[in-house]
Amino acid sequence: MMDGSNQFGDAETGEQKIRNFNINFGPQHPAAHGVLRLVLELDGEIVERCDPHIGLLHRGTEKLMESRTYLQNLPYFDRLDYVAPMNQEHAWCLAIEKLTKTPVPRRASLIRVLYSEIGRVLNHLLNVTTQAMDVGALTPPLWGFEEREKLMIFYERACGARLHSAYFRPGGVHQDLPPELLDDIDAWADAFPSVLEDIDGLLTENRIFKQRNADIGVVTEQDIQDWGFSGVMVRGSGLAWDLRRAQPYECYDEFDFQIPVGKNGDCYDRYLVRMEEMRQSTHIIKQAIAKLKDPANQGDVLARGKVTPPTRGDMKTSMEALIHHFKLYTEGFHVPEGEVYCAVEAPKGEFGVFLVSDGTNKPYRAKLRAPGFLHLQAMDHVSRGHQLADVAAIIGTLDIVFGEVDR
Amino acid sequence: MSTDLTELGEFIAAKRPECVVRFAVVEDELTVEVAPSNIRGLVEFLKTEPTCKFSTLIDITAVDYPQRPKRFDVIYHFLSMYQNHRIRLRLSVREEDIVPSITAVHPSANWFEREVFDMFGLLFSGHPELRRILTDYGFRGHPLRKDFPTTGYTEVRYDEALKRVVYEPVSLVQEYRQFDFMSPWEGAEYVLPGDEKTEEGAKK
Repeated sequence: MMDGSNQFGDAETGEQKIRNFNINFGPQHPAAHGVLRLVLELDGEIVERCDPHIGLLHRGTEKLMESRTYLQNLPYFDRLDYVAPMNQEHAWCLAIEKLTKTPVPRRASLIRVLYSEIGRVLNHLLNVTTQAMDVGALTPPLWGFEEREKLMIFYERACGARLHSAYFRPGGVHQDLPPELLDDIDAWADAFPSVLEDIDGLLTENRIFKQRNADIGVVTEQDIQDWGFSGVMVRGSGLAWDLRRAQPYECYDEFDFQIPVGKNGDCYDRYLVRMEEMRQSTHIIKQAIAKLKDPANQGDVLARGKVTPPTRGDMKTSMEALIHHFKLYTEGFHVPEGEVYCAVEAPKGEFGVFLVSDGTNKPYRAKLRAPGFLHLQAMDHVSRGHQLADVAAIIGTLDIVFGEVDR
Repeated sequence: MSTDLTELGEFIAAKRPECVVRFAVVEDELTVEVAPSNIRGLVEFLKTEPTCKFSTLIDITAVDYPQRPKRFDVIYHFLSMYQNHRIRLRLSVREEDIVPSITAVHPSANWFEREVFDMFGLLFSGHPELRRILTDYGFRGHPLRKDFPTTGYTEVRYDEALKRVVYEPVSLVQEYRQFDFMSPWEGAEYVLPGDEKTEEGAKK
C-alpha cells in the first residue's frame, strides 16, 4: 500500500503515501553532549539512517601545533578531551620522550599514574551520571559532580588549574606534590567507594534505567574490528583489551588492577564496566599513594636535561642554568628527526599521537587520534533500527566529547 | 620486540613482494612503504592473514612535503588486538594522484579518508561519499597543506544590520606572528639587516 496501489478500491486510501521523516538532532540539544548535529531519517519513531555532522567545534589544533614549540603545544591537549585533560597530555609527553630518549624519574612516573587514574574517575563519573540524565534521572549528576569537584580541587592543588592543567611535561611532571595533598587524596580514595555505592544503588537495579539501556546499542566483536572501537566500547563486549595491560606504558605493569568486561555489549554493560573501572582506578590510586609515600620513591620529578627547565635554586647561582631557562622558554628544545606513534589508554579509549619531527623546535606534523572520532562514526551503524529516544542513550554511552572529536 | 617486528616485516615482504617497497623498524615501530595502487590488497591481506591479523584500523593521515615531487605521504596505522602488535603503512603520492579507498575492507576508514580529503585535498577512489568533514560548510582550500596560512582566508562575524552571520576576508590588526628562534649563528636562512652592505662592500 505504501507504493500507492489501492487495494481497497476507494478514493481516499490510495492517496495515503508515507514518507520518511528527517529531523535535525542538535547542534543545541542537551543530550548531544556538545555541538553534535545529527541528521536523522525516521520511519515513524524508528531510526532509518543517522548522519552525524561534526566539525562545529573544529579549532584547527593540528595546524596551530605546527607553528608552536613542543612545550607550547602541550596545553592544547587539555583542550581536546576536557573531561580528563591529563590523560591527553600524557600521550604527547610519551611521544616526545620516545623521540628524545628522555628517561622519566620514578616519582614523576608514579605521579603520572596517580593523576591519569584521577582523570579516569573524573571522566567516568561525568559519563555515567550524564548518561543517566539523558535517560531521565536527575539525581546521579548532582551526586557525581560533587565528587568531580573534589577531584578538580586535587588537580588545582597539584598544578594551579582545575581543568587546563598543563601538568605533565616532557621528562616528568611540573611540580612535586605536597605531602598533605597525598594524605587528602588517600582520604578521598577511602571515602569514594561508598559514594559509588550510592550511585550504584540509584541506577544499577533501577527499572527505568535498565529498560532504557539493556539491549540497546549492542556492539559485537565484529563491530569492534570493523569500526575501530577502543576502550570501554571494546570491554563492554567481553574483550579484555586494555593498553595499560596489553602494551604497558609508564609503570602500569607494577600495579595490581583488574580489567572488567561486559557480556552483552549493550549500553547497560558499558555502564557497569565504567562503574567497575572507577573502583579499579580507586584501587590504583591507593597503590600509587602508598608508593609515593615510600622513602625509596622520593626525589626529583623532572629529568634534568635539555628538555626540562633547571631548578629555581640553580638559576640563582649558575649563569648556564639561567641561559638554559631562557632558551628553553623562548626557542624551546629541539627534537631529533623521526616519527613515532604513542598511545595511551585514555578513559574514552585509545588516544594516540602521531608525531613527525624534522629536527627543529616545532613539530612538522602532529596527528591526534581521538577515540571518540571512531565511536561517533559508528553511530549510523549502532543506532539504525532503534527508537529515536534510544539515540540519546547511545550517544551517552559512546562517551563523546567534541573537544577531541573535532580537534 | 624489535626482532619480532623485523621478522613480521620480512614475512609481509616475502608474501606480498609486489606491494612492499621497503620496510624498516625504527623506535620499535614497524613501517612499511607501499606502492599506492596495491594498498587495498595489502590491507586486506594484513587483515585476514592469521600471523598479522591487523583487524583494527587506528588512523589514516597525511603529511605534506611541498618540496618533494611526490608531495604527500599518506600514513595508515593498524593494530592487532589478537597478536598485540602495530604496523604503519606509508604511501607517497603526487598532488593529483588518486589513492584507492580502503572503506570496503575497513568501514572505519570512511571518516579518516574524508578528513584527509578535507585537510589535504587528496582524492580517494571508491569512497562512498567523499565530502568535507571538519571544516565549515562551503569552505575553500585544504588547511593542513603547508602553503595554507594558519590564519585562513575568511573570518565570520554576526552582522547586526543584516541579522545574519557574514563571511569577510581576514583582516588582522597585527600580522600573525611566526617567531623564528633559530640562532643566526646556526644557519638562519635570511640575511640579517645590515649584512647585505658587507657583501656589496666586498664586491667593490
